[in-house]
Amino acid sequence: MSDAAVQDILTIRGVTKRFSVGDGELEALAPVDLSIPTGEFVCMIGASGCGKSTLLRIVAGFEEPTTGNVAMYGKAITGPGSDRGMVFQDYALFPWMTVRENISFGPRQRQLPREEIAKTADEFVRMVGLERFADRYPNQLSGGMKQRVAIARVLANDASILLMDEPFGALDALTREQLQNELLQIWKRTGVTTIFVTHSVEEAVLLADRVLVMSAGPGRIESDFRIDLPRPRDVSSPEFNALRRDIARRLTSHLTLARA
Amino acid sequence: MSEHATTLPKAGLSDGTQRSLPGTATADRRKRQRRETLRAFVLGAGFPILLILIWDRAVAITGTRLIPSPYQVAVMMYDFTFGGIYDDAFSGTILTHIFKSMQRVYGGFVLAALIGIPLGMMIGRIKLLRQLLDPTISLLRPIPVTAWLPLSMIFFGLGPNAAIFLVFLGAFYPILLNTIFGVRSIDPRLFEAASMLGCSGTGMFRQIVLPASLPAIFSGLRIAHGFAWILIVVGEMTGVPTGLGSVVMDGRTLSRTDLVITGMIVIGACGFITDRIIVTISNRLLNWSPQHRE
Repeated sequence: MSDAAVQDILTIRGVTKRFSVGDGELEALAPVDLSIPTGEFVCMIGASGCGKSTLLRIVAGFEEPTTGNVAMYGKAITGPGSDRGMVFQDYALFPWMTVRENISFGPRQRQLPREEIAKTADEFVRMVGLERFADRYPNQLSGGMKQRVAIARVLANDASILLMDEPFGALDALTREQLQNELLQIWKRTGVTTIFVTHSVEEAVLLADRVLVMSAGPGRIESDFRIDLPRPRDVSSPEFNALRRDIARRLTSHLTLARA
Repeated sequence: MSEHATTLPKAGLSDGTQRSLPGTATADRRKRQRRETLRAFVLGAGFPILLILIWDRAVAITGTRLIPSPYQVAVMMYDFTFGGIYDDAFSGTILTHIFKSMQRVYGGFVLAALIGIPLGMMIGRIKLLRQLLDPTISLLRPIPVTAWLPLSMIFFGLGPNAAIFLVFLGAFYPILLNTIFGVRSIDPRLFEAASMLGCSGTGMFRQIVLPASLPAIFSGLRIAHGFAWILIVVGEMTGVPTGLGSVVMDGRTLSRTDLVITGMIVIGACGFITDRIIVTISNRLLNWSPQHRE
């Protein structure tokens, strides 16, 4: 890697995961090794069942690896923690809390002074442009707005790694495009390390510094693409499409293997 | 509401249709709402009136002396409330009886809620506790509360405590089981989201488990509250001198069916009013969840 000065925020060493399914066992992840430098935007892409969500959940601390270890700045991850925040595809907002209460949930757990909590809440409500909806409940919001709240909820908690599990998968194309742009702006502004799981090659090439293509049976990282295109990226440029084609080709070759 | 408009808050298009209706439309909607409320009231009140008419005709046509006419019951109700007609032991005593019964109903009900909700939350969350208690609960639950009557009289003697105990037993299971169900059906993602945001231990119970299972807890409370009023008659069969249940039992002993029916109506009205109070509280607490509103 050219930028040796950047410290790795996350190191994954020999992580495997096996689930027991009925009488047998399912090998979800073959040994995975991966280092992610601070501030990088990484997309993981792969067919269903390639273990990308499992890997993300292990990093989040929701699942324990069967073998291997995950460390953040050299310190082993043993469970969920406020240094890593997950944005789920189905939002997982607290339905009985307003937008503002959802966003200030993390700061409230740390028992900060009331004014500081209010200030943080205001700041992140503004960051995702929901000032007018701050006192609404999640079920009064559209999908795109809910996902904005989920992102703000993680960032307001000062997470240094943003984990996103197909966050825009349930949104319509227009909203998705808008949220992709907003996410990039937020990422640029905050410098938060982001690991983003997606099904869409275009989304991966549009967003990421680095695209990890995963393959199934058992899940492993098949190839590691650097995307050096300047942002904002032009989805119709020849360079963009060349990368998209390359990645899609790797992906489909695994897909046919996985089907077999 | 258009999906696209709501996802573009900065464009200022979203929810405009909801908030800034022109005056005529608002007045129109209010009128429609009023008509709807009136309709609900007329239909809801009309049916009992019809029943009373049928009751009146049936008594007149059959000429029975065992069942009083609605008019006789109304007179009894007046005397029970204000006195001045029969001037017997029951005249003008309604408030005493209501007060006594309420003490027992709410004593048992509140006790059941205070034990049932926390216990249900713990059984729902802690596997060990579930394995320990679930078989016992399933075993005790089918036993009719009335079957506990002899034992409760041995435990608590003749008096109000036995009544409170019976009401407690009747209210406890619906509260407990609904709470367990509510906790068990919380989306596990919410626990993950809370724990990644730094929430754990008792904070999890207070901030996630309780509010997330509140809709189920409230349906449990409503069912339990109904049982509590049902059981008051049974509870007050244990030899207490006052209370609506004892009025009904006394009426039976004295063959005063008008008194029995009066007591029944008062019990029904009390249950109805307090049920409305619970629904109002639940609507307020659950205003985040439109599917639980009534």
